Amino acid sequence: MKAKRYVFPLAMATVVSAVFAADNQVGRNALSITGSSFLEMLSVIPPIFILLGLLDVWIPREKIISHLGEESGIKGIVLSFLLGAAAAGPLYGAFPIAAVFMKKGVKFSNVLIFIGAWSTTKIPMFMFEMGSLGVGFAVLRLAINIPGILLMAIVLEKTIGKESIEAIYAQATNMSE
Amino acid sequence: MYGIVVYFITGLLLVFSLIASRKKTLMALKKAWRSFERILPELIAILLFVGLLIALLNPETISQLLGESSGVWGLLIASAVGSITLIPGFVAFPTAAMLLDNGAGITQIALFISTLMMVGVVTFPVEKKYFGTRLTVLRNTMAFGFSFIVAELMGMILR
Repeated sequence: MKAKRYVFPLAMATVVSAVFAADNQVGRNALSITGSSFLEMLSVIPPIFILLGLLDVWIPREKIISHLGEESGIKGIVLSFLLGAAAAGPLYGAFPIAAVFMKKGVKFSNVLIFIGAWSTTKIPMFMFEMGSLGVGFAVLRLAINIPGILLMAIVLEKTIGKESIEAIYAQATNMSE
Repeated sequence: MYGIVVYFITGLLLVFSLIASRKKTLMALKKAWRSFERILPELIAILLFVGLLIALLNPETISQLLGESSGVWGLLIASAVGSITLIPGFVAFPTAAMLLDNGAGITQIALFISTLMMVGVVTFPVEKKYFGTRLTVLRNTMAFGFSFIVAELMGMILR
């Protein structure tokens, strides 16, 4: 069963090897890009999982609920934003964190705000964006994204419905056991 | 650089945790490994796929396709490439700047950056594992639509 899960990456590796055989230069480029993505992954993903493990065993559910739960109001929204913005790393790094958040009783809209903030308002990336594309570009994008993330969180929560949200919480809890 | 800080903080907290309770720390590490291993196969496949995809696309062609006057097609291509690929920010921003210098339009580049960050087609299998198909589809669709609004606004203001 466990080995079966690795069929997908093995198939991909076979395709890449085939390309390598057909066109050495393209194969080399592909591997160098995969390598840099892999380095990016390694630079944040393993510590994220360790931090999550620590959070899970040390921080009680009640504490998280009081800051980010159903009754957390504006404070919860701002905190979710800041947590997402302080992050580093690709978006898929946010998913396991969001799952633990749900397990610990964080409000659904706050989870969505966290993911939204992570996806596009990360502070380290913002600095880098200003450097490459100019202050105007980066600041304007941020200014449009902040209300957009809030709006999308609200609309998503309304669209998805109570029952589905419960199912998602159950699945997320299962993923972070 | 940021990675070093993250590792350092994690290490520090691990040491504190170990001092406080050996048993709980081991439990935390076990959970960490299990959660990591759960998405590892998808992650490896995704990284291999994206490397191949980007290697097959060539930058000069992209610049032309995303030109100021490329209109609807340029927007479609920018959003498709941004949605499908997964490029680390420290590669994406300089690439975007280079494309702009080569004549790509600001709306197209804003769309590319926005979809790149918010929409994840290749990471769909990972996202689905955590949030289920419905939320994953809805979130990505909305982010895709929103990216067009961001891009249009930025194109209007920065032009």
